[in-house]
Amino acid sequence: MSEAVQNGGTSNGAHSSGEIKPRKKSKLGKALSSKTFWRGVIALVGFVVFWELCSRTYGWTGIQIPWIGKVPPPTEVIYAWSYVIWLPGYWESWYLSSARVFAGFIVAMVLGIPFGLCLAVNKYFYDIFFPPFEVLRPIPPLAWVPASIVFWPTTEMSITFVTFLGAFYTIVINVLGGARSIDIRYLRAAQSMGATQWDLFSKIILPGTLPSIFTGAAVGMGITWEVVLAGEMISGGGQQGGGGLGFFIWSSYMGGTVAQVIVGMISIGIAGYLSSSLIRYIGSISMPWRRLF
Amino acid sequence: MNAEVKSGQNQATLELQNVSRSYGDEWSQEHIIADFSLTVESNKLTVLVGPSGCGKSTLVNLIAGFDKPDSGKILLNGKQVTGPGQDRMVVFQETALMPWQTTRQNVVFGPKLRGERSDADIDAEANRLLDKVGLAEFKDKYPIQLSGGMQRRAELARAMINHPLIMIMDEPFRGLDAMSRELMQEFFVRLYEENRRTNLFVTSEIEEAIFLADRLVVLSNRPTSVRKVIDITLPRPRDFHMLSSTEAYEYKREAMELLHEEAMRSFNRASGSGLMDAIAGGGGGD
Repeated sequence: MSEAVQNGGTSNGAHSSGEIKPRKKSKLGKALSSKTFWRGVIALVGFVVFWELCSRTYGWTGIQIPWIGKVPPPTEVIYAWSYVIWLPGYWESWYLSSARVFAGFIVAMVLGIPFGLCLAVNKYFYDIFFPPFEVLRPIPPLAWVPASIVFWPTTEMSITFVTFLGAFYTIVINVLGGARSIDIRYLRAAQSMGATQWDLFSKIILPGTLPSIFTGAAVGMGITWEVVLAGEMISGGGQQGGGGLGFFIWSSYMGGTVAQVIVGMISIGIAGYLSSSLIRYIGSISMPWRRLF
Repeated sequence: MNAEVKSGQNQATLELQNVSRSYGDEWSQEHIIADFSLTVESNKLTVLVGPSGCGKSTLVNLIAGFDKPDSGKILLNGKQVTGPGQDRMVVFQETALMPWQTTRQNVVFGPKLRGERSDADIDAEANRLLDKVGLAEFKDKYPIQLSGGMQRRAELARAMINHPLIMIMDEPFRGLDAMSRELMQEFFVRLYEENRRTNLFVTSEIEEAIFLADRLVVLSNRPTSVRKVIDITLPRPRDFHMLSSTEAYEYKREAMELLHEEAMRSFNRASGSGLMDAIAGGGGGD
């Protein structure tokens, strides 16, 4: 164990210092010279220093700062992390959680976008499907956990289903709202120019709804991460010791290593940030006219 | 090229016969347009001017076919209007360019949709029109990157490429600053004088109306009908100096008086008190 820790510490340090040097691109230079960037850095560093000091006061003075004093300091968390990154279970947890998030999210997009558009453009469809949708919507995805364990043959499927629910409602509501708020003059102008119903749908309603689709996707992605974690905690671990990041946190808690719990929490933060960055990136590529705002 | 030749022969007479339209149900019905009759003459610029809040936009929607009248008929060259069509292009208030399309994509939208001509033909005409409205350099920009005036010119090009029999302009220069507005009026009047297409221009600005119009139609207040038609005989090509001539002043005074009466009528009705009658009587001075 201690071997692994030392190994992790040294190679990690060497790796990061080697990585920083070659980056001298203009984009990075721009970011480094911007005030916004430095404000962000100072805020983060300040936060970490504050946390470290508050956690350490008990050891130094015997006075415990009420809430934050019980939390292990960042140095301990980093130390725990340097141990954890050598465990295959940790990375497997990353993989499992991400796979569940993306599976649920993609299914939610594939079903939610057409469903929302149908609600928006067809009155009969709306009259029939909106009331049950509105009844199901307030049920928190987590309330579905027991039921979905009964419904679905495997734990994996029930977690993915709950994840799907987390994103589905948000996506549908955003698509519906977006499609309905399209300026009627666009539709009228197109009609005057001889647009068919299909033209109106594919050339006006669909691109006009795109910004709302991405808003829904970004919000939905956030909810998906929230839900998958809770789902994993409740449903228990996987088979090979990697039950997802939710299970990782839960088992760390059971094992009594609070530092490792925080490692899990920060990992989720990073995972969530990476996923929403990905959505923003795809969004800006598919909507060039929105990049100009 | 072809388009220019064709537009010279474009005869388009729009007739509105006793058109009425009201909204709401039996209990709270609001008559927006009542017994509206007007003939928009071919190859003339007819300007409708009316107090704000009268049914100008409703009228535009009826003519464009976005809405149907409760009674009466709308005929274009003797053929009844039943729905939207490329023979009547509307240039909307503010801008209605699709934000997700570049200027050029917006302009070619209609012809490409219908696929009645080859792409090369459409692109050639689009380039010619964009050049004409002074947007050749901006054809790959998105509408949000254009100024208000540029957006209106792009919209003019988008309408013209469809070769409508009649252009319907629904307060097209509203929302522009005074300077751009003046420039757009001048630009539009040149465009019209070049090949006199049939135009129906709706506005609430009297000076704009007189500057542009061959025929000025003063509308009554709600329910909207024709109050008076004034033929504007200012010479063409028009320029802004003509607005300070005695002739223009006379038109303006006459239109102002009519509009003032109409505005006062609705003001009194809205307030429903004798006090307002007294103020109106004192202020009007007649």
